[in-house]
Amino acid sequence: MTDHGVRRAARAGRREMLKLGAGVLGAALVPGALLLPGIARAAGATDAALIKAAKAEGRLNVIALPPDWANYGAIIDTFQKKYGIPISSAAPDDSSAQELQSIRSLKRQSRGPDVVDVGPAFALIGANEGLFVPYKVATWDSIPATMKDPGGLWYGDYFGLMSFGINRSVVKTAPQSWADLKKPDYKGMVALNGSPLGAGAAFGAVMAASLASGGSLDDIGPGITFFAELAKLGNFNPSAATSASLVSGQTPIVINWDYLNLAQAKKSKGMTPIDTVIPAHSKPYGAFYCQAISKFAPHPQAARLWQEFLYSDEGQLLFLEGFAHPARFSDMVKRGVVSAALMAELPPAGPYAAAAFADNDQTKKAQQALAADWTKTVKA
Amino acid sequence: MTPGGARIPSRPGLLSRAGGVPSLIFVGPFLLYVTAFLILPAGMLLLEAFAGKNGPTLSYVAGLGTGPTLVAFRNSLVLSALSALVGLVAGGLGAYFVMRPGMPRGLRSLVTSFSAVAANFAGVPLAFAFIATLGSLGMITTWLKSAGIDLYGMGFSLYSLPGLVLVYAYFQIPLMIIVITPALEALRREWREAAENLGASSWDYWRLVGLPILLPGLLSAYILLFGNAFSAYATPYALTSGIIALVPVEISNVLSGNVMLSPQTGAALALGMIVVMVVVMGLYAALLRRVGRWTR
Repeated sequence: MTDHGVRRAARAGRREMLKLGAGVLGAALVPGALLLPGIARAAGATDAALIKAAKAEGRLNVIALPPDWANYGAIIDTFQKKYGIPISSAAPDDSSAQELQSIRSLKRQSRGPDVVDVGPAFALIGANEGLFVPYKVATWDSIPATMKDPGGLWYGDYFGLMSFGINRSVVKTAPQSWADLKKPDYKGMVALNGSPLGAGAAFGAVMAASLASGGSLDDIGPGITFFAELAKLGNFNPSAATSASLVSGQTPIVINWDYLNLAQAKKSKGMTPIDTVIPAHSKPYGAFYCQAISKFAPHPQAARLWQEFLYSDEGQLLFLEGFAHPARFSDMVKRGVVSAALMAELPPAGPYAAAAFADNDQTKKAQQALAADWTKTVKA
Repeated sequence: MTPGGARIPSRPGLLSRAGGVPSLIFVGPFLLYVTAFLILPAGMLLLEAFAGKNGPTLSYVAGLGTGPTLVAFRNSLVLSALSALVGLVAGGLGAYFVMRPGMPRGLRSLVTSFSAVAANFAGVPLAFAFIATLGSLGMITTWLKSAGIDLYGMGFSLYSLPGLVLVYAYFQIPLMIIVITPALEALRREWREAAENLGASSWDYWRLVGLPILLPGLLSAYILLFGNAFSAYATPYALTSGIIALVPVEISNVLSGNVMLSPQTGAALALGMIVVMVVVMGLYAALLRRVGRWTR
């Protein structure tokens, strides 16, 4: 899902922004969702009528789907081949905000986006603004309740958890929990991808550390204290980690989203062994993205077929092959749909069923606490 | 001699315009440029810093007085002043010794070429170079450790304010060498010989002749170095992830960060930076008037 340094960085940036906006979810009762309940129509993934109607529309417009992100390249290809419906993929590197803007400004134009893939904060904005139409895919029930709008205006498609990316050629014994990071073996080794005041993954790391240290989604304080202690012990390496510094061993333990660490591990396979560890003994902190259908979709049936495809086992597995855990991951693991080979590439499935997502208010509260305390308490 | 008077036009009637048209041709684009890329953006900043959701507000500018922001300004000022001082002294002395008569011929071009490269080597690559050498797991740190010298155990940290000064020195010193070399060249050897003939010691010469002549040049070099450090962003961010609060890093956090977006706060911070630079330039102008009085 990530190839070239610069583009990757830019993309990671934009995606993380979305992520971060991640909040939101807890407040799952969206007024907009309640206004248009009846329209949602459940359709089987192989609903022949839907396929026929979608084919008649002859096209699907997607936006902001980088081909090397979450395996979207393969997903788009597979959909086109399977249904013979060509996909126009616009502005792959756009942000969530730009996706919503495209819906607004391309209203009733044939090139307007049919579907969007946005961070939860933006899904809420879109829902409140009436930019989406509700739709419930056939597999709706197996999408975790914390990841979807009850009215079907938006629904989480994939998510990631905070993880340790560990360069095993430097780190002999991999840390397995947040408490492990304080061990003297890891002096100068533990790094974030930037400031939690500016970088999404770094923010997630402090949140996750808080969950592990007696804090909660409402209280990031213990996370800040955790890093202050880590810095005092000399274990916190304040330089901003990059994939280069992880592989070269300058920042041998990087706290980052699992899909970024997993992708890095795959890329440097054979050169530098990189482990991805979801820290044990704590509630895993996660962030996800949402699918939604534009109210002004020029191809509404194709848009529904796209959602059916994404939320089918086939589509969800394609996400997983790009190391983005699909919304229905736990359900699919339970039913044994995920191949053993694929499972072997991933961290153990357990924590993914327990992921905690911060809502909008919780995110805001955490930001304020960070702005007030981070530079004051964390000293190297 | 005025620029207009330098060329005598064939027809006296054009004399008055001759100074106007050519200077307009050359100065005009410059003025446009300055307007488009300096004055207008600064004006926008000013507007944005005071623009609230419901009409003008002072809240963003007032926010400059709060704890974390004050710390950021203090850190930025200390870092810029210190690293500019290091650059001034080390770069100035370096340039002086390299230019002394009797130094090998190639040395000077070597030093100036290296300076030209090093002065422009900044940003993330510079930070990474230092992390890889002097970072807590850097090559030199590790070597020294195996030789029994534990840098970080002795209290050194690359990720601290002194560490940042060290890293900044890498581009400040070469920059100083580049800008001060012409000024040093302008010191004529005859002046020194004359002073020595009149019985001045080396110290007398520098105190009474050399430094007073150089002083305006040194001052403007210091301002340049100060501004250079004051606006540096990528290097300190890559090095410290912002645990040392600096104004440019704070601006990026609120302006282009992925965590919180508050363009107005960013504009207010930028406004604060402009104020600092204006004050520094004002001090410079006042000092220059005093020290440069006799050179005119």
